[in-house]
Amino acid sequence: MTAGLEHYLTVSALLFGLGLYAVLTRRNAVALLMGVELILNAASLNFVAFARFVDGGVDGHIVAIFVIVLAAAEAAVALAIVLAMFRNFGTVNVDSVNRLKR
Amino acid sequence: MSMDMLQIPDWSDLGGFLPETVMFGAFLLALLGDLIARRRPAVPFAIALTGALTALALAIAGLDTPERTILGDLVVVDGLAAFFRVLFALVAVATMLISWASEEIMGRSRENKGEYYALIALMTGGMMVMAEARDLLMLYLSLELVSLSSYVMAGYMRNSLRATEASLKYVIFGAVSSGVMLYGLSLLYGLTGSLTYVGIRDALAAGAGDPLSLLTVCVLLLAGLGYKIAMVPFHFWAPDVYEGAPTPVAAFFSVGPKAAGFAMMIRFFYTTMQPAIDRVDWRLLIAVLSVATMTYANLVAVRQTNVKRLLAYSSIAHAGYLLMGFLMLTAAGLQAILFYLLVYALMNLGAFLFVIALNNSLKSEHIDDYAGLGFRSPWAAAMMIVFLFSLTGLPPTAGFIGKFYLFAAVMQEGWYWLAIVGVLNSVVSLFYYMKIARTMYFTKAPADAPAVPIAPLHYVMMVLLAAPTLALGLYWGGFKDLADRAIQHFTAI
Repeated sequence: MTAGLEHYLTVSALLFGLGLYAVLTRRNAVALLMGVELILNAASLNFVAFARFVDGGVDGHIVAIFVIVLAAAEAAVALAIVLAMFRNFGTVNVDSVNRLKR
Repeated sequence: MSMDMLQIPDWSDLGGFLPETVMFGAFLLALLGDLIARRRPAVPFAIALTGALTALALAIAGLDTPERTILGDLVVVDGLAAFFRVLFALVAVATMLISWASEEIMGRSRENKGEYYALIALMTGGMMVMAEARDLLMLYLSLELVSLSSYVMAGYMRNSLRATEASLKYVIFGAVSSGVMLYGLSLLYGLTGSLTYVGIRDALAAGAGDPLSLLTVCVLLLAGLGYKIAMVPFHFWAPDVYEGAPTPVAAFFSVGPKAAGFAMMIRFFYTTMQPAIDRVDWRLLIAVLSVATMTYANLVAVRQTNVKRLLAYSSIAHAGYLLMGFLMLTAAGLQAILFYLLVYALMNLGAFLFVIALNNSLKSEHIDDYAGLGFRSPWAAAMMIVFLFSLTGLPPTAGFIGKFYLFAAVMQEGWYWLAIVGVLNSVVSLFYYMKIARTMYFTKAPADAPAVPIAPLHYVMMVLLAAPTLALGLYWGGFKDLADRAIQHFTAI
């Protein structure tokens, strides 16, 4: 049996769901960002799968490469902010960072 | 599959892409200037400001050039893009000048202040590309370019607890919503087999996509775009970020990225999703979100005592008003949005400028500290009244004309209930805008209230923003014409 489009889509939907679940439940800033990575990877997987099975060209592959680069850039900025948070607050728990008025 | 995407760019393409190129060049040069001339922020400031002024001149000169696509079909420069380029360059120039006299940015011991101006230049270039993107890849790239630089700007005061919290909330909400949007984009690519707006439109017109998957795509996409324009329910970041970030940054965020988000939404939904409207009624979806946005924001704004937070909710409410015009899908609606965005940039920057100017001496944004300002600083307070009147939409200010065109466009299409909700919301907004006015004029200042000297540059900027806010309320023809011309050749309508 060969893997078809639906197999890829199932895996990516699972990845997306797990990423969203991590984002909604985790309170550790680093774990939250890992959830975001899962969401981005789910989208990349979709792009590559659709490029192979629907488009037949390379457009989707190119997008996936750009997404990987952007994910790295985003992680760099986000981790720098988490670092600043740790320096200022002494914690990476996002719930304990609430000085701004609700 | 188009091989256009892999085409080697033609150098003559740069001709239509000059303002963006200048902004990105200014970003690099300002960073370099910051490295070479350490501790002399005037160097990067001068470079970034020169870049923004040059871009403004080039953008104005390019207002009437014919439509052309650049880099294959990734980017298009047409009337709509040209209009937004002028708007963004104006906002960048104003923000840089306002920041230069702001103690929050320039006063404290922050070692490289030059980065700040470099980031404004980078973000402005990114916003211009957002307005021009005509490809899902470019949409995502330009959105992320603006987002990444704004995360850094929100946390610019890296030793301040409030700024760190603001940038943390911004980056987490931003990363999640843009990730969710990207997943939606991948589904849209799967449904239509194309990345370009034109290809997607043709595929949708040929019947690609069933109602359920198209609805999913719309909802996922609105997560990313709604976050940029601060639309309910993706607005949670806005009050905290506006309150925690330095005020000039909040002023910039409330005007620039919001307008860029609208530019992107207009191009995407008008040119791409139009054929799908028989399968997914995204107009109704956006109408509901628009009502939720303005009603929620106005009701919460009434309770605010921090002026920055109040203005944050006010800017969310304005996203709601603009969405009304957006979903009309008519030339009148689009023209009204463009004109309103222009007016909104003037009046909102003006209101924020008042907060920034006072923050220099008061070190506070609490509404109680504004007591008696009408007499302690009569000129500045009078100009703030102009901005507040305009934000409410009272004549004879530009805000009135803007709202008038917006509501007229909504009525024209027979969406009376929506227009009524909009008017009722404007009435609610009167209450909290006038709360500021009342405190300034009718509450006596305590005896030990500090003097409120206002930086000369801030005075000049206030006049430069207040004068058109008033003048456009009386003679709006020229600027309305500018907005009308912008969509003359916008083929989607």
